[in-house]
Amino acid sequence: MDIDKRTRELAARLTYIRDIFGPRENASVAMLRIRLEEFLAQATSLGMRELSRQVGLLEELFALLEGKLENELTPMDRVRIVRHPQRFCLKDILENVYDNYTEIGGQDEWSIDPGMLIARATIARRMGKKTVHQSVMVVGQEKGHGQEYRNAGSIKPWGNANALYYMRVAETENIPIHSYVFTPGAFPVEDYPGAAQQIARNLYAMAGLTVPIVSVISEGGSGGAEAIALADRRLMLSHGYYSVISPEGAAAIEGGLKERASPELIAGCATRLRITARDNLELGFVDRIIQEPALGARPEHFDFFRQLRREVVRATDEVVHSVEGLGPLRGMAIRRQASTGDPHDIFVRWSLGQKARAKLVRMRFDKYRAMSRAACRDNRTLGARLYSGLEGLLWAAHSALRHDFLARHKRRLLGLLEALEAEVRALRQGVGGPIGRLLGIGAGQQRRMEVAPEALELLTNLSCAEDCPCRLEDTWVYVSPKSREDHVVTCPNAATHGCLDLWAPDLFGEFAGVCSHCGHHFPLEFQWYLYNVFGFGQAYEFNRELESGNPLHYEGFDLKLEEAKRRTGLGSSCITFETHIEGVAIMMAVLVSPFRGGTVGAAEGEKIIRAAERARLKRTPFILYSHGTAGIRIQEGTCGGIQMPRVTMAVRRYIEAGGLYLVLYDTNSYAGPVASFLGCSPYQFAVRSSNIGFAGPGVIRETTGTDVPPKYHRAFSALSRGHIQGIWDRRDIRKNLHQALLTMGGRNLYYR
Amino acid sequence: MLNVKEMLEEINASPYEEIEIKTPHTGVVEFVGLGLGDRVTGPSGKWLERPGTLLAHLTREKNKKPICATQKGQVMDIRTELECTFVEAGERLLTIRHFLSREEVISRILKKALHLFVAPERAKYYFVPEIDAKIKASGEQSVKVREGLDMFIVSRMKRETPLSYSGPEGIIYAVYFQQGDNVDGGQPLIGVCPESQLSLIQDVVNRVQGEWEERD
Repeated sequence: MDIDKRTRELAARLTYIRDIFGPRENASVAMLRIRLEEFLAQATSLGMRELSRQVGLLEELFALLEGKLENELTPMDRVRIVRHPQRFCLKDILENVYDNYTEIGGQDEWSIDPGMLIARATIARRMGKKTVHQSVMVVGQEKGHGQEYRNAGSIKPWGNANALYYMRVAETENIPIHSYVFTPGAFPVEDYPGAAQQIARNLYAMAGLTVPIVSVISEGGSGGAEAIALADRRLMLSHGYYSVISPEGAAAIEGGLKERASPELIAGCATRLRITARDNLELGFVDRIIQEPALGARPEHFDFFRQLRREVVRATDEVVHSVEGLGPLRGMAIRRQASTGDPHDIFVRWSLGQKARAKLVRMRFDKYRAMSRAACRDNRTLGARLYSGLEGLLWAAHSALRHDFLARHKRRLLGLLEALEAEVRALRQGVGGPIGRLLGIGAGQQRRMEVAPEALELLTNLSCAEDCPCRLEDTWVYVSPKSREDHVVTCPNAATHGCLDLWAPDLFGEFAGVCSHCGHHFPLEFQWYLYNVFGFGQAYEFNRELESGNPLHYEGFDLKLEEAKRRTGLGSSCITFETHIEGVAIMMAVLVSPFRGGTVGAAEGEKIIRAAERARLKRTPFILYSHGTAGIRIQEGTCGGIQMPRVTMAVRRYIEAGGLYLVLYDTNSYAGPVASFLGCSPYQFAVRSSNIGFAGPGVIRETTGTDVPPKYHRAFSALSRGHIQGIWDRRDIRKNLHQALLTMGGRNLYYR
Repeated sequence: MLNVKEMLEEINASPYEEIEIKTPHTGVVEFVGLGLGDRVTGPSGKWLERPGTLLAHLTREKNKKPICATQKGQVMDIRTELECTFVEAGERLLTIRHFLSREEVISRILKKALHLFVAPERAKYYFVPEIDAKIKASGEQSVKVREGLDMFIVSRMKRETPLSYSGPEGIIYAVYFQQGDNVDGGQPLIGVCPESQLSLIQDVVNRVQGEWEERD
């Protein structure tokens, strides 16, 4: 009986090894297979003692060769390991790492999203003879062991929303959150609130959660991972992967989306993207690696679970220790245990005081702010850097003096004057009867407000034909080069709306690329917006010297990058500048699509963060115009992916400081940026005829197996779903922006 | 009186529909190499989002527009003499012969033979209890309808209003909705035919079902 069981286990181990190594020929795997087959063939003729000896030998051989095979694992093999149904899952962790748990996010298939598991768990810790049960909120993707309803840990928007809800509960109850990332990526549906919008909400909320968050990454695929992985300590399993995109997705983009990528290309992408635990540790995106047994941990590896328990407890202790002063001896002990100590020996209470909570959020921001800073090219001279630092300090001082100190007194004085004026008005109204008339007080109350003569003229004179055509709104500073082509253009809505063909010089010149019949917006160059809407001619551009680089030394990418720089004359896909709209100073960041599809990498992230910080210092509104973005730049790997939490945290900091963060979408905006720093804005508007979403129709079809309707990603669909707050005509953007500047935003805008 | 025999003969004599593809406006025509007898397809996809087979290009003011097939069928009578010439709007370029499917034939016959009573708005529709009981007991063809007969209850947003039948007198040939399901405005609720023609129509439909040969 025992022999049978051991033999079956060996067969299962061999199947696992063969699954991991795929179709690759490998001498060790072949040897294991032959030895096992030989043993099974002669097993019937052997006695019990001999059988036991042979099985023992085979087990030793398996252990030996598994150790050897461990060194031969390629990044793609690791991807296969984390996706294997025999790999441990979150339920195994709950059973083996925690002492007790209750699932609260649903049970098995009876859940709003069976892929997302949420549980209240406890860890028992000893303090002398006393046992203290420390509560934690566990959230994570549950892949199960091949259950189809788990959807392989691919989470729908409502699953992420549920996780966020319970993370907020944890914050209310002041208990730490342990998040376990087991996802190949989010399920790309746009049903309310949309995959991108929900991930953005999760990131925004997690950036400000005032309880310790520890995340453990096994399979961290793109936006789906970011939805729960923003943490104070990020641990990674040695056989896991953490990447901005799945290797299959990267290969599909590399090889052209039309054809299915070959296994070699997928494996090549897995290597080039630097997705393994060691890579991520070197790049600084995870804090520690938890070593798994050879060829990855499986549910029967109980030693591994003990180690995992030690690590998550230690990480939580460290977070608490970093923000809340422990006793000097315990602090010293925690520092010393980094190498060998058992965290159970040092008791740390995990609930935080008010000050520690605020410090925790600050430290989390600093942690992410420091990541990937070296992943872009900073071409500034030392002098320029010093000047920039000094300028920041001066602006901080100026801001504190002008807006905090002087403005406070000014506000108080104005408040007093206002109250006085109101008193006088009340007096005039109170005595506005016969006495008031007698005294002449209150006369002129009915007088109309003064109107400026120029405005009056504009309102009353409909035309000034003797001078020139009286047009103010459609005289453009920048005219699209498309308007120089002599041909007519057909509106895509012609079949349904009966639009007449338009002559290109009219359409792209005077009409600003808008169909005069149905209002369809033809795409225009980003320069059109820069000069006609944002007054780039008079603007001050900053951080132009920050340029995109190739931090992962991705093969062939340097050439592509140089070509993009040469063609566009830009150093990155982001332009940041200060400008004015109707006299109001604003901070702008523009993502331009001609530069590598408007993708966001480390340089773009850094530029947006610096712009948000500058806007905070100068107390100006911060407007991000997305002329088009295809997502995160995959060639930068996790250096690009990490911009999602990084930039979201920066804009959250800006919004909380009382600013106005407004996002305007145009043409096509998809994926990571929409699922983070664009989607987290409370004021999101779109230029008509733009498309907004998480994944394009092709990716949705490939991932979910369902077709999407033709206008699924259109701005009007996004408006109906509640993703954006309004749709603007291109010709009215400046007017609408001015209206937004006056009516939206927080308390700390300089002109308020 | 419906002449079914004549109708069937007419359909059998030309079991197809001829679709003339005409130029929507002036321009220079360029055919894409289709020949006589070539098969083309109409718009496809769940939302008909993929256009049909490309038939020709029409260029006006340097704006080259595709002209695509609107139905599945066979190319007949292609006017190759127009290749690279300037044509007026409404000029016939080619003809597509679309062979009728079984469903299309039946729907043509029923369209001529039946009076369709359509839903005035999107709502749930129910028969009034008396008619409902009669249909359940003896089938829908046992119900005689006449102008002004209270037939339906329209249920929408917790409001229930009666709806009377309007149209020629006859019996219900077919019911096109499920009780309790939402029906869009403009969709048929029932098809009515004169009592005398009931067996005739049934006979024709059965014959088409059994004998019609699908060509495509």
